[in-house]
Amino acid sequence: MGDVVVLGAGMHPWGKWGRSFVEYGAVAARAALADAGLEWGDVQYLAAGNTMRNGYPGYVSGATFAQALGWRGIPVSSSYAACASGAVAIDAARARIQSGQADVAIVVGADTAPQGFFGPLPGDRPQDPDWLRFHVLGATNPTYFGLYARRRMELYGATAKDFAAVKVKNSRHGLHNANARYRKEFTEDEIAESPVVADPLRLVDICATSDGAAALVIASAEFAARHQDTARHVRIAAVSTVTPTYPNTYLDMPDIATDSAVGAALPERSFRDSIAHAAYEEAGIGPDDLSCAEVYDLSTALELDWYENIGLCAPGEAESLLHSGATTLGGRIPVNPSGGLACFGEAIPAQAIAQVCELVTQLRGEAGERQVEGATTGLTINQGLFGHGSSVIVTR
Amino acid sequence: MSKPRVPVVEGMFREDAEGTGRLLGGKCPACGGFFFPKQWSFCANSACDGTELEDVELSDRGTLWSFTDNRYAPPAPYPAREPFEPYAVAAVELADEKMVVLGQVARGTDIGALALGAEMQLVVEPLYETDDEVRTVWKWSVSNG
Repeated sequence: MGDVVVLGAGMHPWGKWGRSFVEYGAVAARAALADAGLEWGDVQYLAAGNTMRNGYPGYVSGATFAQALGWRGIPVSSSYAACASGAVAIDAARARIQSGQADVAIVVGADTAPQGFFGPLPGDRPQDPDWLRFHVLGATNPTYFGLYARRRMELYGATAKDFAAVKVKNSRHGLHNANARYRKEFTEDEIAESPVVADPLRLVDICATSDGAAALVIASAEFAARHQDTARHVRIAAVSTVTPTYPNTYLDMPDIATDSAVGAALPERSFRDSIAHAAYEEAGIGPDDLSCAEVYDLSTALELDWYENIGLCAPGEAESLLHSGATTLGGRIPVNPSGGLACFGEAIPAQAIAQVCELVTQLRGEAGERQVEGATTGLTINQGLFGHGSSVIVTR
Repeated sequence: MSKPRVPVVEGMFREDAEGTGRLLGGKCPACGGFFFPKQWSFCANSACDGTELEDVELSDRGTLWSFTDNRYAPPAPYPAREPFEPYAVAAVELADEKMVVLGQVARGTDIGALALGAEMQLVVEPLYETDDEVRTVWKWSVSNG
């Protein structure tokens, strides 16, 4: 299959802006088009990530953005895969190009988020695991983050200071990102004073919920070569949207119980390990080839888990890798040069797209103060609840 | 007269003598796999053709896989009491079923004293009360042997 190239990346800054998600998405889409040097009228396909908390327009986000940008008759798709929605939308647009059904497509994700904890959709639905975990257990997203963090402490001796060091690192990275919501450098002392939300995690260990939007214009290599200086081209080398393999024995949101390992062989890899593995396989590279990575730091502790799941180090060694400075800007493999969710908060359908926007900026050498020197290869990793993997590899 | 104790949702657990009970799950007679809650009538093992699940009680003991607490009130539909009482949540691994099951931690447990691998026992406690009923839920308690 032919190469698919990113021609343009655009974002609406993350924050709590109090406007419709459609406005943010349109801003990001126009920014991506301008970055690509294209007009909306050039686009042959639109793939969008849905939002569940903004009524019907959020469930038909492809049509919503197409209408907002001005109907052009092009086909659209609207994907929902929770936090992985953006990757599924990228995958849909890429497949359209790979199959020859389109030369150029736009991918858009945008959200307007509620204050505080995410809750389930309204109604009385004992058949819905997402409703059940809130009603029966009061198990919020931070509850699961707390369970993972505590397990990391008990298995590997991780400490609250290790988690704080992730926050300190990401807060420094995000200082230089105009799209980040929080641009404030945190010290370990400030973090230690932050209230505990889900032991051992403090408020500042856990990402906020944000408004924001991100968009990408992608095209076939032939189209890209005709429309943009190849020096700016960033190639999409892999998109992984894998699901778990039965039995999934690691507790994932929003489940109350894991699969049972009785009567079934364990899969070769855990679900989280399998997400990046599939991307590496498609790209024909390994973790040693990465220049930088954007990982889904829903919590500080989870960033450390991801180091291991994407193969930057062996299980139990993430704290050492962090303290070696390898994952800090200037280190061997900077992680979350954007500042990560620590500085953005999560805007669910936009997040996986925003991760790719950052890598595109890095690989083009346009990241300014937060530039990863000589970046040629980057990986994003992310997971959406109900079993959605999300990983994208981009290369120069 | 005391109010009747009623499970917060039907079909997930049963209360026996006050305070004790069992989780109710499904078991595939073909592959032996367990499911909790019993969401569907068939087996979800991708390597199994089982089309029905038996109703079974799950083990009422397991070992602690991880734990945390909630210091702030979750959103609806959690029936938070006023004033809000923080609560802990435990993930417990059941040996026979080879699965991990979440539950709140029994009231009064010192979570500072919990450690992975601790032996845990299923109990049933009130979650909230209506005018007519006490709604109960399963919880995990540190086993006393």
